[in-house]
Amino acid sequence: MNRIENAFKNKPIFMPYFPLGYPDLSTSIDVIEALAKNGADLIEVGLSFSDPLADGPVIQQATQIALEKGITVKKSLEAVKELRKRGVTIPLILMGYYNPMLAYALEKFIDDAREAGADGFIIPDLPMEEAEEFTLVAGDMPLIQMLAPTSPDERMESIARNAKGFIYLVSVTGVTGARSSISDSLGDLISRVRSHTSVPVCVGFGIGTPEQARQVGQLADGVIVGSACVKAIGGDENPVKAAREFARSFREALNLSS
Amino acid sequence: MTTLLPHKFGPYGGQFVPETLMPALIELEREFVSARNDPAFNAEFDKLMASFVGRPTPLTYARRLSEKLGGAQIYLKREDLAHTGAHKINNALGQALLVKRMSKKRIVAETGAGQHGVASATVAALLGLECVVYMGSVDIARQEPNVFRMKLLGAEVRPVESGTKTLKDAINEAIRDWVTNVRDTHYLLGSALGPHPYPTIVREFQSVIGREAREQMLMDAGRLPDTVIACVGGGSNAIGVFSGFVKDESVELIGVEAGGSGIISGKHAARFGDATKARVGVIHGTRTYVLQDENGQIAETHSVSAGLDYAAVGPEHAMLRDTERAFYTSATDEEALSAFQTLCHTEGIIPALESSHAVAEVIKRAPTMRKDQVILVNLSGRGDKDLNTVIKELGQNL
Repeated sequence: MNRIENAFKNKPIFMPYFPLGYPDLSTSIDVIEALAKNGADLIEVGLSFSDPLADGPVIQQATQIALEKGITVKKSLEAVKELRKRGVTIPLILMGYYNPMLAYALEKFIDDAREAGADGFIIPDLPMEEAEEFTLVAGDMPLIQMLAPTSPDERMESIARNAKGFIYLVSVTGVTGARSSISDSLGDLISRVRSHTSVPVCVGFGIGTPEQARQVGQLADGVIVGSACVKAIGGDENPVKAAREFARSFREALNLSS
Repeated sequence: MTTLLPHKFGPYGGQFVPETLMPALIELEREFVSARNDPAFNAEFDKLMASFVGRPTPLTYARRLSEKLGGAQIYLKREDLAHTGAHKINNALGQALLVKRMSKKRIVAETGAGQHGVASATVAALLGLECVVYMGSVDIARQEPNVFRMKLLGAEVRPVESGTKTLKDAINEAIRDWVTNVRDTHYLLGSALGPHPYPTIVREFQSVIGREAREQMLMDAGRLPDTVIACVGGGSNAIGVFSGFVKDESVELIGVEAGGSGIISGKHAARFGDATKARVGVIHGTRTYVLQDENGQIAETHSVSAGLDYAAVGPEHAMLRDTERAFYTSATDEEALSAFQTLCHTEGIIPALESSHAVAEVIKRAPTMRKDQVILVNLSGRGDKDLNTVIKELGQNL
């Protein structure tokens, strides 16, 4: 059983996002380690890009700072390797935009990511239509497919049919960032996706509090928390302590929804 | 999923956007195809192009400029005389009519020089649509008259403070708005870039420039031009005029990028001119030549003209360049400012700084050509919007 399948043994799972290099490289490695060892079941490890068009202000600012401090794809992959050395065993999914991966050279990027200990990829600007050149090279490393509330049934079906790892269901139209409440139609949306696939369905975009996570956790197989995680940890004087507390609070909330 | 229209230009183009937007792109393509086959749509478009935009725009023989340069005869396609002062209105009107067909009520647009923002605000007023224009704060400062114009026309201008605060960041913000409000909002993209079907839609609505110019050349000069020259930012005016001549193999097509402070300085927007910084990549939904650093981060660009100050080029231009159907060169800020003044003095026409880059190439090239040869230059816009910049740049020398 691979690491991703293994992670879904106890559902719903908690999947925080955190960008490498923010607020600086060594702190971000410590933060991700702390998240992993305090209740995260899978971590989306952020790769920074100068033009993150699917991201709201919190992640824009964090990744901008990471770039100013000199983060690169190469350093990010070395950081993943370091996390494995430190005994992080949960799946680490690399989340980033396509251009820096192309600039690194696709084949080398995927090889080096595998070698570093990454488990898969999320690329917001690589929809199904354009994914083939990536998936052909990636082989058994899954490119996690995203679905949106705007995806019509027919499209949802063809994306879900080929999905590997899990489905990343974008819960709201918009960019990343916490919202004040969970959409009433989320349950229906998740049911629509489930009718097309047996892989786990994880929900992201807009989830900001443990209570919201608990609500979503009653419907979905996993809960993705990005902006709220970045804000709570990056804005704290002691980011590692904040990461521990953040992971524990979401883990406890999700334990209640299982 | 297959597209109705070709979604790539050779290896370039494509649809590199978040999933949330894919259904909107599919709907837009479907609506565009059905509109172009609908005589009622085309009749309405043509009617407004004549009665509102003022088409056809004239072709002007530049007698004094031709004499001064002493070589080829120079003709100007006068997009500066289109309503709102630039070619941008052609595409804005076409897309706004599509918005009506799709029963959407709101448009968002990006703008660099402000010409596309003004065109969008104008068609929104004409057709009763809500309009939000994203504009980098650097561009707001250097194109102030156009900001007032947009506001007068009822649009909301939202300053963009992220990234380099120029056109690229305005596009990011417009896309973020669109992804959030996609159900009732259309992104009125102003150049021949972005994800499919935009490069094709924009070219088709701008192809009127090339069609008219070709007819006018045959009528006025009795022949096709030897060379067609246009400036290239994203590349919509260039692709519009080129499309009229691309099948005429004898006609040489020349695109002029922003050379900024010179290629060697690194401060420019010459995607085809700087092999050290430009590589094929993906930005704003399309695969094309992109100015970037070695880590794949999009580079800062520089040009005296906001409309050319962009790190990527439309994907069809990338193909035309690879296939050598078109050739691309650049003009520096200094050359563009000098060409700006030359056209003012010799022809009584104040060109946009963007268009001045095309004129700069004419000034280099015409003297090397014979007097029986002909250059057509697309004068994409007028320069009133640039007076603040020009006064600042030229100071006492004016």
